[in-house]
Amino acid sequence: MADTHVVEQHVLEQIDGYLDGEFDLATSLAIERHLEACPPCRTEADSRRALLARIAAETTRFAAPDTLRHRVLRVIAAEAGGSPWPARRMPRWVLLVASFALVAVLSSGTTAYLMRGNPAPGVEEQVVASHVRSLLVAGHLTDVASSDEHTVKPWFNHRLDFAPPVSDWAAQGFPLLGGRLDYVDGHTVAALVYGHRRHLINLFVWPDGAARPQPLELSARQGYAVVHWSDGAMVYWAVSDLNGGELRDFCEGLRGGTPNR
Amino acid sequence: MPSWTKQARFEREVMPHLDAAYNLARWILHDPHDAEDAAQEATLRAYRFLDTFRGSNAKAWLLAIVRNSCLTQLRRPRPGSLEAAPTDGTDSMEAYAMGLTPAASPESALIEKDQRDLVDRCLQELPIEFREVVVLRDLEGLMYKEIGDAIGAPLGTVMSRLSRGRALLQKAVSVRVKGGA
Repeated sequence: MADTHVVEQHVLEQIDGYLDGEFDLATSLAIERHLEACPPCRTEADSRRALLARIAAETTRFAAPDTLRHRVLRVIAAEAGGSPWPARRMPRWVLLVASFALVAVLSSGTTAYLMRGNPAPGVEEQVVASHVRSLLVAGHLTDVASSDEHTVKPWFNHRLDFAPPVSDWAAQGFPLLGGRLDYVDGHTVAALVYGHRRHLINLFVWPDGAARPQPLELSARQGYAVVHWSDGAMVYWAVSDLNGGELRDFCEGLRGGTPNR
Repeated sequence: MPSWTKQARFEREVMPHLDAAYNLARWILHDPHDAEDAAQEATLRAYRFLDTFRGSNAKAWLLAIVRNSCLTQLRRPRPGSLEAAPTDGTDSMEAYAMGLTPAASPESALIEKDQRDLVDRCLQELPIEFREVVVLRDLEGLMYKEIGDAIGAPLGTVMSRLSRGRALLQKAVSVRVKGGA
């Protein structure tokens, strides 16, 4: 009896390492066998598992404030560019090519294109405000809550005079949570809501009036990452508290077409 | 390394973990301004020492630096600061366990909100030496080995601290639930 007790104690202390996948296969199997045979240890493992699930679902992950991000980038840019080194270290031909390119851009019609191509700052502001509002107002996030694209798509079709592409990316870790109508830049637009871990992504879609494809562009505003592009038919604005890289990768995927399953 | 390459490498490898850096600092220091200062200091140090980083996990490396910056802040004598630097954990664990009395019954309107940030509050009150390993593992997903490197402790210590920390947290959550509901 005393012997069993010792073994039990031993496994109780190993439950965390076991749940965290920190043990080799043989040790894990031994612990598993013990858990099958020992109800008290099993109960302990189950409640620990439940705690970990609660921590994952409920604990706040504080996002770095925008001011911090900007300050760090500014200091580093100053350290990198403030010394005479970068200019000298950078091969001369790079500077030469860059200056020629600049002249070429400035003296051609490209400038007008680039300036038009740049998203109006007002739109970025509006989509971020809309994203924030969707999170603040209870029940405002989705008008149609469904992970089924075949539910969300017809819902939009009945309410809009265009058909936003709707696809579920759950297999890639970005499940579709639903959609709603929103109002941006004078349009009624489709807002698709995706989740990723505990982050939310609002994807605003409306027809591209200029019918001019634009590459993905990542920016940040008020601590949110914003990605914008156009495929010539539709304009897309994605806003999220995800980090910029992850949001951009997701948008690359969206732009690339239908998810692989 | 030319500084413009270093800058590019930093933006590619370190900047994506700025949220994690700030999150760890917030959980260790609580105060948003102190956390921002510590995260900034640590991130800039990471930039200056980037040439010495040869590992594969920039996040674990950055978080180790953040943790050091936070402890430096805590050791700075400051009037009104309640947080103490980590000790071996025995005293604070006992204190935490002693303090686990059911919360006073809240007004009914507050119950829902109360339950929603219950885990946050219990984690916040966990003694720092347990809180930091729980945050590093359960919020930031570091391996035990990486946590050990970050806190300068052997694997066995990481394992037992995490285990005791979670046990305390589990107890705190269940006591609060019973007391509050």
